[in-house]
Amino acid sequence: MTAAIARKANRPPVYLDYQATTPVDPRVLQAMLPWFTEKFGNPASITHAYGREAEAAVEKARGQLASLIKADAREIVFTSGATEANNMAVKGALRFHKQFGKDRIVTLVTEHKCVLESAKAMAAEGCRATYLPVEESGLVDLDRLKEAIDDQTAIVSVMAAHNEIGVIQPLAEIGALCRARGVLFHTDAAQAVGKIPIDVDAMQIDLMSISGHKVYGPKGIGALYIRRRPRARITALIDGGGQERGMRSGTLPTPLCVGLGEAAALAEAEMAGEARRLLTLRQRFLAGIQRALPATRLNGDPERRLPGNLNLSFPGVPAPALMEACPGLALSTGSACTAAEIEPSFVLRALGLSDDLAAASLRIGLGRFTTEDEVDFAVSTLAAGVRQLGSAGVTTRLAATT
Amino acid sequence: MRTAYLDWNATAPVRPEAAAAVTAALTDRGNPSSVHRFGRASRRIVNEARDAVAALVNARADEIVFTSGGTEANVLALEAFPGRRILVSAIEHDSVRAAVDDAAAIPVLADGRVDLAALEAMLAVDPRPALVSVMFANNETGVIQDVAAIARIAHSAGALYHCDAIQAAGKIAVDFAALEIDLMTLSAHKLGGPMGSGALVVRSGLVLRPLLRGGGQERRLRGGTENLPGIAGFGAAAAAARNGLAAYAAIAKLRDAAQQRLCDLAPDAVVFGADAPRLPNTLCIAMPGVASSTQVIALDLAGVMVSAGAACSSGKVTRSHVLDAMGVAPALAESAIRISLGWSTTEADIDQLVDAWGALYARTRASAA
Repeated sequence: MTAAIARKANRPPVYLDYQATTPVDPRVLQAMLPWFTEKFGNPASITHAYGREAEAAVEKARGQLASLIKADAREIVFTSGATEANNMAVKGALRFHKQFGKDRIVTLVTEHKCVLESAKAMAAEGCRATYLPVEESGLVDLDRLKEAIDDQTAIVSVMAAHNEIGVIQPLAEIGALCRARGVLFHTDAAQAVGKIPIDVDAMQIDLMSISGHKVYGPKGIGALYIRRRPRARITALIDGGGQERGMRSGTLPTPLCVGLGEAAALAEAEMAGEARRLLTLRQRFLAGIQRALPATRLNGDPERRLPGNLNLSFPGVPAPALMEACPGLALSTGSACTAAEIEPSFVLRALGLSDDLAAASLRIGLGRFTTEDEVDFAVSTLAAGVRQLGSAGVTTRLAATT
Repeated sequence: MRTAYLDWNATAPVRPEAAAAVTAALTDRGNPSSVHRFGRASRRIVNEARDAVAALVNARADEIVFTSGGTEANVLALEAFPGRRILVSAIEHDSVRAAVDDAAAIPVLADGRVDLAALEAMLAVDPRPALVSVMFANNETGVIQDVAAIARIAHSAGALYHCDAIQAAGKIAVDFAALEIDLMTLSAHKLGGPMGSGALVVRSGLVLRPLLRGGGQERRLRGGTENLPGIAGFGAAAAAARNGLAAYAAIAKLRDAAQQRLCDLAPDAVVFGADAPRLPNTLCIAMPGVASSTQVIALDLAGVMVSAGAACSSGKVTRSHVLDAMGVAPALAESAIRISLGWSTTEADIDQLVDAWGALYARTRASAA
């Protein structure tokens, strides 16, 4: 085992952070490159040939993305990423429906920061937010959700698949519940799209945020799905030249749109096979780590989770020390956005973990380019790291200093 | 067919340096906010780009807030100070004009420059703190404003000054610090960087309300995973643009030659903004009696790409609000086109333009006779 660690020591670390970002698939890259150089027109310049060819490329990409989620191309609004899409959905829905007396959002305490912060910011505009707790599994309590929706509720926002614990929420049930009450259902599907099947009609989703760089597409691009029938009405966040049917102004970045479209097409074609492969790797990882370290605890529902996600607690072993002890692995404790501020994940605490246990947890993200060898190497490296730190009594030392 | 791209104010081709930086960053697998080795490498790319963009406009690196482009930066700036009265010039880009509902319009003179006396009076009449937004150079006419004077007037009235420098940066010298601008918008794809990347330059110490909330990136001013290739490409383009400023003397010669030849061909042609300082690459010209769309289509068929104004929402060729604000008669404004040059424009491109436009002119005048 030590030999295996030594052998890899001067290679790049094994990438196990696929929920933070994914590498651009080489096929996506190839599709994008011409649009950076010789085909550089502004897709809004449809009065000349360069503009029209760019416009056609953007529209093809829109169709590819729509197809992946079973939507109509006209329901896709390109944005700069999922953060913008989430801001747009939450603020846009509240701003629009407030004039009809609906000024309330119902969401979960475990949502991504950008949803929580958007909801919070809307308080300054007189809106209200309800943050529901989640089950120990990370799943929403549907009864509680049903009770929380009232006549003033404009929007319910629940993440499709969680960025830290990978938990997949019962989207169709939430959708049915919202539709019955005439409330918009928004889902942040940055982690879900392209990984698990999403059908916006079957799931009765009204608004859905999509990210390019979480599905092997480029950074700097995402989309908001906005339902046409029945129409999901929201106020635009970025006004200007009137692109995207007035919903999102700004020059459309042709190469990035093309990249997201290609990534969506690849995901649609390969998702089923890839999910099976990742599930096998995940089970191998979990079985291996639990064999080596029986005290390891899995956070989040064991079944209803992304095929490529694990969130593990190693009781008594602080995560920052463990990551430092495993330089051959690129890991994280949770959301990348807030990773710089290393404090225990608010998500894990919402699941009922103690501060100590939350601070002893790692997120492991497997993806399209993860191999069986890498999984085995990661398991043995982590196991060695945990044993080393456990026997050195790091736990007590760190505890004493904090 | 040979093509002549003369719509550089809509978008510029990506510079080779920027394309290389984008391509390299696209194969990077880090999230700049991740703390592992991949993330730290990504962070370095972002920091280098921040330095390059800051250097182009003489700002400090920590004054650069990366955004998804010029439009987002404009909206961020204009919505950042709730409670302030907003004054925007009548010739601003739609992203500035549409950002706030109740903005007051600062008039411009016939030559396209902001009426400074009117601005002063508008500020004096209302004691509430204000935000003044006047662009550096206009996207349609190329007219350059007296930015230093506008900053002075704004500041002496206690107002903040936002300057949309999207068209100016990379074409002429832009000095954020010396001109005492408080907020300044930049766009990567107008100066040879990739689309989907821009920045708001924010004077140190100014407190803004963010537009996009999220993970706290960009010093909490702009949430969202950094667009690494976009930022890397912006940085490389900014560095190249800084070195390429000198080339604009030659571009100005080409533009002046084009203007001269078109006016020689068509004695009744009207050039807009020619009496004011202008960007070296821009020519806004009217062929009286011939609709803008007719000219643009005829030129397109001849392989010459120009525009009838701002690209943005295109398709709809509506009369330019810029020319309206300059007091141009509606019929004349409806016959104006924008020709804009760049670093790879050649004399052959200008020949092609002159031939095609000249042929159309001859045709319309013959049928009118």
